[in-house]
Amino acid sequence: MEITINYYVILSCLLFCIGALGFIIRRNLLICFMSIELMLNSVNLLFVAYAHYLKTTLGLMYVFFIMAVAAAEVSIGLAIIVMLFRFKGTVDMDKLNILKG
Amino acid sequence: MFNYLICIPLFPALGALINGLLGYKFSKRVVHVIAITAVGVSFILSVKAFFQLLSLPPENRVVEIITYSWIYSGSISVDVGFLLDPLSAIMLLVVTGVGFLIHIYSTGYMHDDESYWRFFTYLNLFVFAMLILVMGNNFLMMFVGWEGVGLCSYLLIGFWYEDHNNANAGKKAFVVNRVGDFGFILGIFLIIVTFGSLRYLEVFNKAQSVLIYGSTLATAITLLLFVGATGKSAQIPLYVWLPDAMAGPTPVSALIHAATMVTAGVYMIARCNVLYSLAPFSLGVVATIGAITALFAASMGLVQRDIKKVLAYSTISQLGYMFLGVGVAAYSAGIFHLMTHAFFKALLFLGAGSVIHAMGGEQDIMKMGGLRKYIPKTFIVFLIGTLAIAGTPGLSGFFSKDEILWQAFSSPHGHPMLWLIGAVAAGMTSFYMFRLTFLTFFGKERMDEHTKHHIHESPNSMIIPLVILAFLSIVGGYVGVPEALGGSNHFHHFLEPVIKKVGNIEAHHYSHALEYGLMATSVGIAVVGFLIAYVFYIKSPQFPVVLGEKFKGLYTLLYNKYYVDEIYEFIFVKGCKGLGTLLWQKFDVLVVDGIVNGVGALVQYFGGVVSKLQTGSIQNYAVGIILGVVLILSIFIF
Repeated sequence: MEITINYYVILSCLLFCIGALGFIIRRNLLICFMSIELMLNSVNLLFVAYAHYLKTTLGLMYVFFIMAVAAAEVSIGLAIIVMLFRFKGTVDMDKLNILKG
Repeated sequence: MFNYLICIPLFPALGALINGLLGYKFSKRVVHVIAITAVGVSFILSVKAFFQLLSLPPENRVVEIITYSWIYSGSISVDVGFLLDPLSAIMLLVVTGVGFLIHIYSTGYMHDDESYWRFFTYLNLFVFAMLILVMGNNFLMMFVGWEGVGLCSYLLIGFWYEDHNNANAGKKAFVVNRVGDFGFILGIFLIIVTFGSLRYLEVFNKAQSVLIYGSTLATAITLLLFVGATGKSAQIPLYVWLPDAMAGPTPVSALIHAATMVTAGVYMIARCNVLYSLAPFSLGVVATIGAITALFAASMGLVQRDIKKVLAYSTISQLGYMFLGVGVAAYSAGIFHLMTHAFFKALLFLGAGSVIHAMGGEQDIMKMGGLRKYIPKTFIVFLIGTLAIAGTPGLSGFFSKDEILWQAFSSPHGHPMLWLIGAVAAGMTSFYMFRLTFLTFFGKERMDEHTKHHIHESPNSMIIPLVILAFLSIVGGYVGVPEALGGSNHFHHFLEPVIKKVGNIEAHHYSHALEYGLMATSVGIAVVGFLIAYVFYIKSPQFPVVLGEKFKGLYTLLYNKYYVDEIYEFIFVKGCKGLGTLLWQKFDVLVVDGIVNGVGALVQYFGGVVSKLQTGSIQNYAVGIILGVVLILSIFIF
């Protein structure tokens, strides 16, 4: 059976939805953070798949950008989470609502 | 050849600038040398201008110099320019001449004052503003000077501002003047609208073709301008500030509140003589107010006890005469009296200053008496001033006052009633002036031993200006000896080019015999005033006390100045305060504050409602984002 572009698209969508759902449903900040990474990588997968399908390198270029940005973002995000845990003693998102209006 | 005209106001301005900025560093000597030099140069240039003007043929005696284009907007243009004609030349001489003498006098009078430099700064600034007022070639320049002298008047009345009363007197003068100035500036606006220009020469040349004789417009313009004059020149109903203005130093009272500034209104009407001649109703108003003020103020002067207050009411009364003069279209007579009055009233005020100086600051004439032995020089010049103002034949006051009274009777705009009021006021003038002289210089010495011990004649710097003014008070009238007395009234003929003939109203012709008769009558009334004063205050001093007891009501009424201050206080001051309080508590608190606070409260309320969306939970926001994306996508796709 030949693996067509459709498989990649569906897989990417699934990954994205799992990430989004995970972000919304889970209360642990670390898990939510991983969900965000999952969404980012689902998009990366789509880019790579289409780059191969359309025979261009433009998508590949974006992937590198996204990975670089994601790496930077992860380092900062994790640092924030560590600091949050130190000060608040929790990473439960329901308890981290000090910006409530 | 008249290019130096601009220097006349410029020098006092420079003097004020130097003394105002650096005066606190200078010694008193440097301060008054600068101030006196500034005014002295102005005076010399004024004399030069006067004689140069005199050398021109009468019909060419109008010199206009435009130095700077000030406002240029659409069809309206206003210049900074100067006009020299016989009228402004006379005013220049009076302002700089009397101003110069008073500057010299002040060096003696103010010698021990700490704010010496401030005094001379204000005095120079005043001369500058007054010169702008009389030299300007358009109404706006006049207005600038008009406001400038008002400001200086305020500053100088409240010169000793540490005393609350003085500061209040200054404030009162300023506020009352503002009421008049409001009318004045409305008049100027009306002139702009009507003539499209503010230049005197243009307005006055066009006046007879633009304004119809006796039209409402002419009446409105002239009456509005006259409202300004009643404020500045202390006429009914805005005279109340002048008696209070005596709180200022005496040289100031002499210069500003007797000789020059308060006569600005008379100058203004004489300057606008065409407009006034076109509005006979306004002339009637001016003459009536002038005559009533002359009588009313003189009656208040009868019983005052403060030497300067008596002179202040006398000034209001004499200003009333001037307005009576210009109000019967005898403009030159009004200006003539303005000039002679400047001499003898400056003399009287400075003489009073010399008396106050000798008495160590005492101003109550009931605590003086017998001073002629102690300060003989002051006594002689003061007596000359008294004789001049009382209208003694041969002295300056006689000629000018009689000219006005005669014109009030004989002019086409005149009325025998006006003459009668003027003549009665002349009798009162004679009475209160001789009362003042007798109480101050004759009779028992009523001061205490301590004061008596310290009485001393004033220094020469004060006596010399007094002597010069006394000389002018004697001879000043001879420039305008009427034809009936064998003179040729040079003064009147000199001013003739300025005064335009309007219409062809038949002038009544009266015989010289009638003029002699009226003259004799007014002199007779003045003599009666003198005799009453003599009997009251020299022959039998107990008499006025008895009389005062007998007519206690009238005496109290006069002594309290008809309670006009109290009435004004009640109606206008209390009224304004009440209105202010009402607006504050009702309009401001309820409406303005209500709107402002209401807007704030409204925004806060909606903010509170909307802020409920901010749950602080990121996941809720994420749901919002995702739902939004889904919504947008579904719109795009379906």
